[in-house]
Amino acid sequence: MQWFIHTCLRIIPHPKPIGKAMSTVNANLTYNYKVVRQFAIMTVVWGIVGMSMGVLIASQLVWPAMNLDFAWSHFGRLRPLHTNAVIYGFGGSALFATSYYVVQRTCQARLISDGLASFTFWGWQAILVSAAITLPMGFTTSKEYAELEWPIDIAITIVWVAYALVFFGTIMKRATKHIYVANWFYGAFIITVAVLHVGNNLELPASAFKSYSAYAGVTDAMMQWWWGHNAVGFFLTAGFLGMMYYFVPKQANRPVYSYRLSIVHFWALIATYVWAGGHHLHYSALPDWAQTAGMIMSLILLAPSWGGMINGMMTLSGAWHKLRTDPILRFLVVSLSFYGMSTFEGPMMAIKTVNALSHNTDWTIGHVHSGALGWVAMISIGAMYHLIPRLWGMVEMYSIRLINVHFWLATVGTVLYIVAMWVNGIMQGLMWRAVNEDGTLTYSFVESVEASHAGYLVRMIGGAIFLSGMLLMAYNVYMTVRQKQAVAQDNAAAQAA
Amino acid sequence: MSTFWSVWISVIVLGTVFGCMWLLFATRKSQTTDVETDRTTGHSYDGIEEYDNPLPKWWFYLFLATCIFSLGYLALYPGLGSFKGLLGWTSHNQWEAEVAAAEEKYGEIYAQYGSTPVPELAKNEDALKIGQRLFANNCAVCHGSAARGQVGFPNLTDDDWLYGGAPDNILHTLKNGRMGNMPAKGLMPSMTDQQVDQVVNYVLSFSGREKDAEAAKAGEAVFAQACAGCHGADAKGNQGIGSPNLTDNTWLYGSTYDWIKETVMNGRQNQMPAQQGRLTDDQIQILAAYVYSLSN
Repeated sequence: MQWFIHTCLRIIPHPKPIGKAMSTVNANLTYNYKVVRQFAIMTVVWGIVGMSMGVLIASQLVWPAMNLDFAWSHFGRLRPLHTNAVIYGFGGSALFATSYYVVQRTCQARLISDGLASFTFWGWQAILVSAAITLPMGFTTSKEYAELEWPIDIAITIVWVAYALVFFGTIMKRATKHIYVANWFYGAFIITVAVLHVGNNLELPASAFKSYSAYAGVTDAMMQWWWGHNAVGFFLTAGFLGMMYYFVPKQANRPVYSYRLSIVHFWALIATYVWAGGHHLHYSALPDWAQTAGMIMSLILLAPSWGGMINGMMTLSGAWHKLRTDPILRFLVVSLSFYGMSTFEGPMMAIKTVNALSHNTDWTIGHVHSGALGWVAMISIGAMYHLIPRLWGMVEMYSIRLINVHFWLATVGTVLYIVAMWVNGIMQGLMWRAVNEDGTLTYSFVESVEASHAGYLVRMIGGAIFLSGMLLMAYNVYMTVRQKQAVAQDNAAAQAA
Repeated sequence: MSTFWSVWISVIVLGTVFGCMWLLFATRKSQTTDVETDRTTGHSYDGIEEYDNPLPKWWFYLFLATCIFSLGYLALYPGLGSFKGLLGWTSHNQWEAEVAAAEEKYGEIYAQYGSTPVPELAKNEDALKIGQRLFANNCAVCHGSAARGQVGFPNLTDDDWLYGGAPDNILHTLKNGRMGNMPAKGLMPSMTDQQVDQVVNYVLSFSGREKDAEAAKAGEAVFAQACAGCHGADAKGNQGIGSPNLTDNTWLYGSTYDWIKETVMNGRQNQMPAQQGRLTDDQIQILAAYVYSLSN
């Protein structure tokens, strides 16, 4: 209770109450849950939008007629919409929601500014909507995961600075002596993404919706993959490790396994991830030294990545039996398994000789999705199932059984997806390098496409199963939130949970 | 690479690797026990505590092993600025060695056909099989695996040639490539919209498909000024410069009014890349025989 008293003594500026539920208690005691609720709901919404796009473009690869013969519905336009919606819509909203929740609760301080927090919500949603409009229209910088044109890039920068102000401002006024490890990861994610975003998107506008990169040739490629791999390393890893460090011990109700391990793996992870982008450009015009640096840093990344997995997994020691009854904990633990698997696969694929086989094949797509579906989506879903009832003052979700069904749909969907892409990827790599006795290639490219058809079908089915789980989640969330009137409690009570 | 950048790269690469190793050892040094205990750090964040457990041993050695491997790799391969590595390996060397090995291994197979004249080679079943594979690897991406072409890429099976179908013409095309360029509105930049309509109708009239007979008639004068210079007064084209015959109803781009209008309005640029340097002369000889065999 010491922290509670401590918090009471602090005078926290709180310009306006945010909703009926909160106006009944002393404003100085409350957290800003409104912005967390908003982002939590949008996590589910963008998850469904982004994954639907994914299933649609997966079906286009199975049945080309699904391109529908409109320019805007073509694979080339919808693929970036899929990636932007799942990474920045689904993943981004989950990161905003959980980081705002975690930073308040572990610092015992209300967000430093409700207005700025609200600005980040509406700003981020406006950016996502403009992405959903401009990408199908064909406006693109053509840089992967950074397709949005320069006016939107500027908007992202402004919202991101506001996010940093809210997050670090809240940390600065914390009531705890130390900063919890989850916040190190969220902080590293916010700072690094800011640097990467500005660095990679330096461009010269030619018109309102067209710009040219400030970099040329292989420099541009290196900048792009410096960004591209850290969209994975910081946006999709460091941020989600922050999520892991709060929701796993919280849901398992166990202490974190090793503080010491979290120090080493945090610093090693952020120091080496920024180097790894070069492995996307093996055997290219990139100078050999940069390819080497990209490869060895990717190899070194294995242990720091596994440090996070161990710290999450071992937190369950003494609580393994809970997995039998708690599907939320199952989501969190299985996400860590996929994280461990992907972060073993990644360093392996970064080795030049392995990369010579895997590069440009579906293996890469499978690797990305074992991270994206298995790790990022599953931990976000688990975190949301923990978070959403608490945000609306409930004990648990409307239906635990539906969470369990969702868990199995997500797991089966992910496994189908990954296995299909492994089979396709290795097959493509082997077909492309097969030669006849006269040295000519045994297979033309289109033969490898034809041979991939079955894998594409399985991948689409896996994706559709994963998406169906998201629809169940939306129903479960809707039914949970709808009950809030019946059990409207004040936030102070909810927060003591 | 200048000395400054070489040193800079070496310092930050080695700094990162040694930094990781220092972090590992320094953290382990402060461990008071090698076994897991129930002792926590004493902090509590929203009820979350942290054990003061040691680094798992196997993990510590795994981390150390990757660092040591990396240092070894940096000694052997180029990575530290302009230091070339003890093995002297470069990706360019590796590529050259693989190409040389392939030449040595496969060169003889092609050499046996290299001096056979194209028409004769086009009757050799074994050579044609190799030629088909070369075509599938190198040409099919534009001309299609059946060599029937697509919009903008000529059909190679129909005995209608832009640059001539004699063996020497085909060899020249393969070795040096071709640059096709039809300027917008031909040689008459001042062509009005009405004149465009007229000349399109005139071109359509060669195959009896004009939409407007009067316009087609008026188009003859426009054609003489804008098009005849390359396509000839009789519109039969000129293989010397690759200008297509417009009277044979074989079309590189579309044959409808709208397609031809688009061609006249904006011109066409077309490029066949040169294969000399990509393929050996022996391979080009076999490929020429294969292409020759498609229409002979």
